[in-house]
Amino acid sequence: MEFNGQLLKKLVDTYSPSGMEERIKDVIAEEIKDYVDEMKVDTLGNLIARKKGNGKKIMIAGHMDQIGLMITDIDEKGFLRFTNVGGISPFISLNQRVIFENGTIGVIHCEHLEDIGKMKLDKMFIDIGVSSKEEAEKQVMIGDVCVYHNSYYENENRVMTGALDDRIGCYVMIEALKQLSRTENDIYMVFTVQEEVGLRGAKTSAFGINPDIGISLDVTATGDTPKARPMAVSLDKGAAIKVKDNSLITHPKIRKIMIETAKENNIDYQFEVLEYGGTDSGAIHITREGVPSGVISIPTRYIHTSSELASKKDINSCISLLTKMLEKNIEL
Amino acid sequence: MDSKKFLKELCEGVGISGYEHTVVNSIINEFKPLTDEIQIDKLGNLIAVSRGNKDTNIKIMIAAHMDEIGLMVKDIDKNGFIKFTNVGGIDSRTLLAQEVLVHGKECLFGVIGAKPPHLSNPSERNDAIKMKDLSIDVGLKKEAVEKLVEVGDLISIKRSFTDLQGNWVSGKALDDRAGIVAMFECVKELSKLKHEADVYYVSTVQEEVGLRGAVTSTYKINPDIGIAIDVGFGATPELPKEDVIDIGKGPAITLGGNIHPTLRKHLVEIAKEYNIKFQTEIEAGPTGTDARAMQITRAGVPTLLLSLPLRYMHTSVETIDMDDIKACGQLLARFISSITSENLEGLLCY
Amino acid sequence: MLLKKLTEANGVSGNEKEVRDLIIEEIKDYVDDIKVDRIGNIIAYKKGSIETPKIMIAAHMDEVGLIVTKIDKSGLISFKPVGGLDKRILVSKVVKIGKDRISGVIGAKPIHLQKSNERSKALDYNNLYIDIGAKSNEQAEKIVQVGDYIAFDSEYIEFGDNFVKAKALDDRVGCNILIDLLKSDTKASIYAAFTVMEEIGLVGAAPASYQIDPDIGIVLEGTTCADATDVESHLQSTNVGKGPAISLMDRTTIFDRKFRDMIVETAKENNIPYQFRRSSAGGNDSGRIHTAKEGAVTTTLSVPCRYIHSPINVMSKDDYENTGRLLKQVIKKIEEGGLK
Repeated sequence: MEFNGQLLKKLVDTYSPSGMEERIKDVIAEEIKDYVDEMKVDTLGNLIARKKGNGKKIMIAGHMDQIGLMITDIDEKGFLRFTNVGGISPFISLNQRVIFENGTIGVIHCEHLEDIGKMKLDKMFIDIGVSSKEEAEKQVMIGDVCVYHNSYYENENRVMTGALDDRIGCYVMIEALKQLSRTENDIYMVFTVQEEVGLRGAKTSAFGINPDIGISLDVTATGDTPKARPMAVSLDKGAAIKVKDNSLITHPKIRKIMIETAKENNIDYQFEVLEYGGTDSGAIHITREGVPSGVISIPTRYIHTSSELASKKDINSCISLLTKMLEKNIEL
Repeated sequence: MDSKKFLKELCEGVGISGYEHTVVNSIINEFKPLTDEIQIDKLGNLIAVSRGNKDTNIKIMIAAHMDEIGLMVKDIDKNGFIKFTNVGGIDSRTLLAQEVLVHGKECLFGVIGAKPPHLSNPSERNDAIKMKDLSIDVGLKKEAVEKLVEVGDLISIKRSFTDLQGNWVSGKALDDRAGIVAMFECVKELSKLKHEADVYYVSTVQEEVGLRGAVTSTYKINPDIGIAIDVGFGATPELPKEDVIDIGKGPAITLGGNIHPTLRKHLVEIAKEYNIKFQTEIEAGPTGTDARAMQITRAGVPTLLLSLPLRYMHTSVETIDMDDIKACGQLLARFISSITSENLEGLLCY
Repeated sequence: MLLKKLTEANGVSGNEKEVRDLIIEEIKDYVDDIKVDRIGNIIAYKKGSIETPKIMIAAHMDEVGLIVTKIDKSGLISFKPVGGLDKRILVSKVVKIGKDRISGVIGAKPIHLQKSNERSKALDYNNLYIDIGAKSNEQAEKIVQVGDYIAFDSEYIEFGDNFVKAKALDDRVGCNILIDLLKSDTKASIYAAFTVMEEIGLVGAAPASYQIDPDIGIVLEGTTCADATDVESHLQSTNVGKGPAISLMDRTTIFDRKFRDMIVETAKENNIPYQFRRSSAGGNDSGRIHTAKEGAVTTTLSVPCRYIHSPINVMSKDDYENTGRLLKQVIKKIEEGGLK
């Protein structure tokens, strides 16, 4: 399978923090329009693309949003104060460059602290290279959101970039759509909003679609770096089939279908037990009368930093697993 | 079946959150002969329906959760020791030196061990042991373990049900299999009484990981009244008096924002009328039970919560009095029987 | 004065009856339909003359308070908090217990008898109790029961430069603005939800929004204000006297950007002062409303209140009036086709 680095770069470089997913929505819609039967955008901004079929209604969710920082104050000298949109760590943020929707660039720094361990976001600020409040306000308003400035890198088997969480899930869905041959299933590819702040887009889109089965695509952590928090997932060992996280216990039948699909098609896979966090399937599976759900996870190191790192081999395994699963006649 | 035997069967069975199908047949066997209809919904909730004797279309949902807390394989280390994580809230201090069953391709016996005490320093021995420092030893080499066990397999504590003095019993998973047996007592009692309402006895899934089964089953049933049965903290000397209820003094009728005030008053009157012992439990905010999920489903459901006093919650030696379970079932039956199309609207009014 | 009546009514979360009855009495002649739903929300409908997206406006009726947990042998009453309270505010206050409003005081060990290490610690619930002047458990239990709700005793007082002091301004001021709106004329139809139990987990708003299923949700709040002198500017979420606070984001909602921009534009056009709520802490009914069913576009307009969740909330009547004005203008904008 050819790795479409050009597409992935376009996806991760597009500005789209939670609550402001307009831009990425346009990029994805343009990319998939020839491969789906209909598309719509719902009230919260989820992009819902449907490939019609007469079989089971399957909702696939990957989230379009990324974590960011919202400006809450601008001082006399033009320094910006901020709050987090999603899981932003002060330690990872220190000295990061950020970019606003209009292209304004800034750097995050911190007040002088005797004990750096006490660094919190409300002790930090952003410098956008101006010298007064007036100057700053020409570029940035209170309520504006910036994201970590990105720089994309790939080599033979690795990609290293910000926003892999979860543009890589979107990428897997897009590539699966392109590869998908005939299927009976009624497929809803949902590019969700506001996952990073509480699975909100998945909740409302699942209510609207009312699917028989829910699958989400998202990154998961690995335990394969020096003295990492112990976890069985490693890069290059294939698509990770989630067993459990804090939001979901994968439905045993969905897990079984995933395993069977992987075995039948010689797709590398591994199991994932994540002791924290959650993703869209957590919201989908408790929608209305309940939706048997699972997750295909892309093993990723350094999640929620500006250099998330994943394996192309794993990414391709995820695409194959999703495609082959969708081509199957799924019975529960 | 006798209630105590039924409880023993349930508690010695295994049904960890998300994998309750392994315990569901025991419940079906007992409920099927006494109810009109059995359904299993998409997340695995078991719903047994007793139709009312009038076509009034009143729906009362009773929920007790059938899942139990447990453990899950996280990794297998280079010497074949199994590392694990918890499913639901577990105090890792209660795990050391327990016998377990690892539910892999085969069911493997194992024990939970840690670094021996003479190798830990004195301060470590005073600290609570962490889950990451515990391992399961199944007595096999890595290669043999890997043939039988995968990441994601479930682990349960091996614990048989024990009779204590009087009518007290002890075991694992009494939280909330005791609630299921209370429903069973209610079904038996109600078969002797008349009731207008259709009663939905729901053995819910995934309560311990976030009330998930109650969310979807309540949505499906859309009841007029929802009643959760769960366990409450039984008094022991170290617990503050205002946070506990007494074992042996009957079910606690919860009071607070999660509970419908007029309906609760009616329940208390019923208990007094039929001389069924009960006590009061106060929870000002959302209760951490299925009652919470029920209350905010769809257009809102008037809810009640009955708590069975239980000591040592979330350990494998949970302890309960069978008489409290029986009293709870009787109270429920009398309550259900009292609900009619004439009084319902008044009872739900604010 | 309606705000006096509203704030002096007691409605601790889970026990909103007094407030609910008062509001129903106040609005019943001005709306086309009114009902109390299964968990105690008031849902009122005022029919308009033109078609717009469906508008739901919500304000919560409940307030933080206490609940009786135990009455001891000597007749002293133990209690627990209902909703998020700072326990340090409790000592040396007067409270009213139950629907008969039995007076009680929260006392403390005299400072003379405290050791220096005792004085440096906040008093916790287990060493605070309410004295109603009963000599015994039996005497107390005749008038107070375990489970009775307890509210602060705090009179509505106007003072200073158009300021108000009262309890429960969070969120009776929101209720008041919503009542004012229902009494006025709007072309758009309005669904008004006076919700229960916001302070203990946004309980009422979920069923309310499920029933109404709005396109647009507007939450009216009394919100936290930290404009004390020793608080750095960037940590002050709102300021008293600077107009309605428009929410950017909180723990439960990222407020819709287009809606926010529309509100700012409306404020500017009508010369109404406004500020942003510059904090992402806390949450409100919007969290439930915007994710109900297939979702809704929401905003929150708040009157800044100092010393929130205590018996002495302080707000400016100017902010209250300006919030009401802004709300009306925003609805007018929606009537004119804004947010389509």
